[in-house]
Amino acid sequence: MLNVGKIEEGFVLDHIAAGKSLSIYHHLQLDKLDCTVAIIKNARSNKMGKKDILKVECDINMLDLDVLAFIDHNITVNVIKDGEIVAKKDLILPREIKNVIKCRNPRCITSIEQELPHIFVLTDEEKEIYRCKYCEEKCDERF
Amino acid sequence: MRHLMNPLDFTTKELEKLFDLANDIERNPAKYAHACEGKKLATCFYEPSTRTRLSFESAMLSLGGQVLGFADASNSSAAKGESVSDTIRIISCYADICAMRHPKEGAPMVAASKSSIPVINAGDGGHQHPTQTLTDLLTIRSLKGRLNSFTIGLCGDLKFGRTVHSLINALVRYENIRFIFISPEELKVPDYIIEMLKEKGISYEEVIRLEDCMPQLDLLYMTRVQKERFFNEEDYVRLKDFYILNKAKMEPAKKDMLVLHPLPRVNEISVEVDDDPRAAYFKQVQYGVYVRMALILTLLEIQV
Repeated sequence: MLNVGKIEEGFVLDHIAAGKSLSIYHHLQLDKLDCTVAIIKNARSNKMGKKDILKVECDINMLDLDVLAFIDHNITVNVIKDGEIVAKKDLILPREIKNVIKCRNPRCITSIEQELPHIFVLTDEEKEIYRCKYCEEKCDERF
Repeated sequence: MRHLMNPLDFTTKELEKLFDLANDIERNPAKYAHACEGKKLATCFYEPSTRTRLSFESAMLSLGGQVLGFADASNSSAAKGESVSDTIRIISCYADICAMRHPKEGAPMVAASKSSIPVINAGDGGHQHPTQTLTDLLTIRSLKGRLNSFTIGLCGDLKFGRTVHSLINALVRYENIRFIFISPEELKVPDYIIEMLKEKGISYEEVIRLEDCMPQLDLLYMTRVQKERFFNEEDYVRLKDFYILNKAKMEPAKKDMLVLHPLPRVNEISVEVDDDPRAAYFKQVQYGVYVRMALILTLLEIQV
């Protein structure tokens, strides 16, 4: 079993679906931050069988919880201070997401007006359906 | 300031008020003949739609207002690459209200977000055409005296027809409506609409032929079945006559049934039906003007 050391200050994203950690790494733009990141793939999990974990040594405020919730709201966010878990953050599906995914409808106004933000709105919380704010096309993308 | 993007933007209570106003305009056109004097409507049509544009222009002229605009994107600054956001900022300086049709879905919403004048969605691609739905509702309410408790047959292309989808969404807000969908297998109403009806517990039936349901209908909403929607010509030839309304098919229908059509019609309603008192599709055009007049007054907050 591979051992990755504790982090002193930052956050640990646990219970990421196996194989999804790199996608989350990119969507949270962790590649642009100058901090230590450990990406653990296919770790053993009692709950999930296999899971991914991301350990990030940086301020929790650098994390966009809305983007994370949109990608997978079952991820556990542990906030670490002085090497210990001091808080667990619940992820709630965001009402609206901006410039996280692009509308793929070729008839949508965003397909010709490049400067428009791509905004998706949560239209069905139970079924977790997001629709483009402009053309109402359903988003089928979930990384 | 309000805009109209979607037929559901107005509550049923607000629609009642709008339709009462439209009916008052119908009864007393002279009372409203100068209501919009000094006001200008801009019709910004990025794709041609003569009927809708003329209906808006007729509505504004009947209110004593004036109209300006363009009827085709090639005659506008869009051809030079101007964004919808910039265009509406300019139009806001020229007019008091704007009706916009655009081939791209959501374009009027982008305009509304940057506009300092009310924007009416006059059709955006296959997405919404709210004033058509308001026209349909006003026609039904005016000629039937109610918007609840009836069986409506929707016939033809129910898969791609945006007017049909909008009308269904608007009618499910009223009580005791029963839908009968009459279409070929290839052009059935989309699953998400069927799911929505099931969720709301609204009664519906799907049939292949008009003859299968005519005696049950209080309203028949016809749409065009286009040849290009079929996979092969054989199917089209086999099925197309099922969806052509003629005198013989009108025979078993109720004496007070109404036939509606968003127009233009091609051959799906035989001209011999035009003189039948139940044919309401030309009256529907007139109601389209009244409802647009009422809408302009409402959005400009003009009280007469």
